[in-house]
Amino acid sequence: MKYDIILSGVGGQGVLSLASVIATAAAKAGYKVRQSEVHGMAQRGGAVMAHMRISDGEIFSDLIGQGTADMILSMEPLESLRYLSWLSPDGIVITSTNPVINIPNYPEESEIKSALDKLKTRRLVDDKTIAKEAGSVRAGNMVIVGAAAADLPFGMDYLKAAVESMFSRKGDEIVQVNYKALDLGSQIS
Amino acid sequence: MSEYVVLGDEAVALGAVHGGVSSCYGYPGTPSTEIMEYLLEYSEKEDGPFACWSSNEKTAMEEALGTSFAGKRAIVTMKHVGLNVAADAFMNGALLDIRGGLVVVVADDPGMHSSQNEQDTRFYADFAKIPLLEPANQQQAYDMTREAFDLSEKMGCPVVLRLVTRLSHSRAAIVTKEARKENPINKADNKQDWMLLPANARRRWDSLLGRQKDMISYSENSAINALTMNESNKDRGIITTGLGYNYYKENESELSDNPSHLHIGVYPVPEDKIRKIAAHVKELIILEEGYPLVERLIAGLLPRDLKITGKLENIVPLQGELNPDNIRPALGLPARESAAPSTLDLVGRPPQLCKGCPHDDTYRVIKEVQAELEESTVTSDIGCYALGALPPLSVPETIICMGASITAAKGSSEAGLNNVMAVIGDSTFLHSGLTGLVDCVSSKTDVTIIIVDNETTAMTGGQTTILPSSRLEGVVRGIVGETDHVMTIPAHRKFHEENKEKLRKELAYKGVSVIIAVRECIETARKAKK
Ligand code: SF4
Repeated sequence: MKYDIILSGVGGQGVLSLASVIATAAAKAGYKVRQSEVHGMAQRGGAVMAHMRISDGEIFSDLIGQGTADMILSMEPLESLRYLSWLSPDGIVITSTNPVINIPNYPEESEIKSALDKLKTRRLVDDKTIAKEAGSVRAGNMVIVGAAAADLPFGMDYLKAAVESMFSRKGDEIVQVNYKALDLGSQIS
Repeated sequence: MSEYVVLGDEAVALGAVHGGVSSCYGYPGTPSTEIMEYLLEYSEKEDGPFACWSSNEKTAMEEALGTSFAGKRAIVTMKHVGLNVAADAFMNGALLDIRGGLVVVVADDPGMHSSQNEQDTRFYADFAKIPLLEPANQQQAYDMTREAFDLSEKMGCPVVLRLVTRLSHSRAAIVTKEARKENPINKADNKQDWMLLPANARRRWDSLLGRQKDMISYSENSAINALTMNESNKDRGIITTGLGYNYYKENESELSDNPSHLHIGVYPVPEDKIRKIAAHVKELIILEEGYPLVERLIAGLLPRDLKITGKLENIVPLQGELNPDNIRPALGLPARESAAPSTLDLVGRPPQLCKGCPHDDTYRVIKEVQAELEESTVTSDIGCYALGALPPLSVPETIICMGASITAAKGSSEAGLNNVMAVIGDSTFLHSGLTGLVDCVSSKTDVTIIIVDNETTAMTGGQTTILPSSRLEGVVRGIVGETDHVMTIPAHRKFHEENKEKLRKELAYKGVSVIIAVRECIETARKAKK
């Protein structure tokens, strides 16, 4: 078994902590994980992309090959489209629908919508609204993880265990909010 | 034995700690920064080893040499272009009689994710004639760091550990081994071996040349430099180095008849193993991360009828990182099919200054004053403020290397350009801007130097600067002397008009002016509040 994910978003959106939850969960489920990150200059509000590879066998490359990713998981709609050449023909795109408009020539929302609608398999997530419902606007990335849960090669229990180990220092309330964000996200189809 | 999930950089740091390192020095630079950050945190928690940031890579290198002189193990960390700064100490350090293991960790950045060039550190090790170890994954990064200390003591010279961005900044699990104790103090006993006066240096150079055969036999026998022969396939052989190994392995299952394969992770290169694989095949395909070092070496060594496929003919890309896809043509594999790309125009999203960044305010002052002038020039430097080169600000006209804003401004002014301004950060100024300022003062050059002081080393994640901001004006005054043309101003919109007026005045002054624009980076301020 191997499962490859391209994670994307904009610098400062918390793509790395999203990655970290999935990686921790995968490791808890007994898989090998490799995850490449973006540091330094690229983080300052620019486009960011990370590769995450999960497997029950040896993983050699930190980078995913073109056309072989099982999933693109994105915190931003325009950024979800940027890396389609990595996606396998049967792969799924899961993305936030909330744009980050920090460039002057950002496309019209309707154009983005129709580009997303053309994708074969996609799941669109209004993470902001759902995160508010869960109790914290900052839990948007957990909503996105929740929305991916059904396709990941391990169950929700592992994601919750990962959230618990990452957030328990910050108190039970934060853990509960993130659980709820995961649950609400997982109900999106 | 315990298992940790770590970045490549952190694996090196752990390897150093478990390898009995006593002192750790470095200058922050992406992608090497996390090595020292880990060591600093570790040493605070565990009360050792000694770890600190240095003013620049050269001072770091020399400090590490001092520790080694005392017989203890030292590590020094930097990014590839930092080794240029440290090159003097690095090249000479190779001639010293190293008894306390000295490991020079250099993180290269093929693809220039956050750098000015792509240079390949393996050439420096070759140049200095010392061994280099090149890990292909996090486990090797840990193991090789430990090995590098032992090798350094065995060969009596510094050893380079070469990383690349993709390894420095990737996470995976590693298994650690039992920690080794630090060396006791054991000061070098023959001082002739540490004083590079010409007579001593000639003797030491002879000694280093004499040790080359030991280094080659070490690499020849290293288990890392593994040669797997397939006697039945006489057509093609593969040589990989560094991460080229991973990308080859990723594609290997698609090859019909596995070629013979030599991986090189320990340098100088194992010549016999290369001869053996070359004698067996008609074509050698070389997949190396960085410049074509191995390819060039063996092109001269091997028979002319052997076909060599690699970077020199650009079949393997000469620029940028290797990846699982761009090596496929060299292996004769077709491109993979992917989901249809979007037809929407995917406009770029470059990095930018954070909203409310103090540099933004300073650049706006410069930009508006520039608009009033018939002619002006702005040189800039390496740091967050380099992002001011992108729209909407687009102020800097040169970005060359650490410290070059001041010296390039000096040269431009002396060539006859008017209203020349140099923009430089506080850390960069202390790294290598100081001497440029001394030059300006000595020549009485007409320049206006603007030190944008955000009270931190922001670009690499907010390390504490080597001297606090409050000291900067005193340092500058010490060099420039008593004058009204050294001043500190607040880098804030509230003082926009006043700051413009001050800049106008200093541009009108024919001589060295230094304006220190101070306000804390909002990222560091936010982190401090948390
Ligand atoms: S990190 Fe600090 S210095 Fe860098 S752009 Fe952001 S606010 Fe400015």
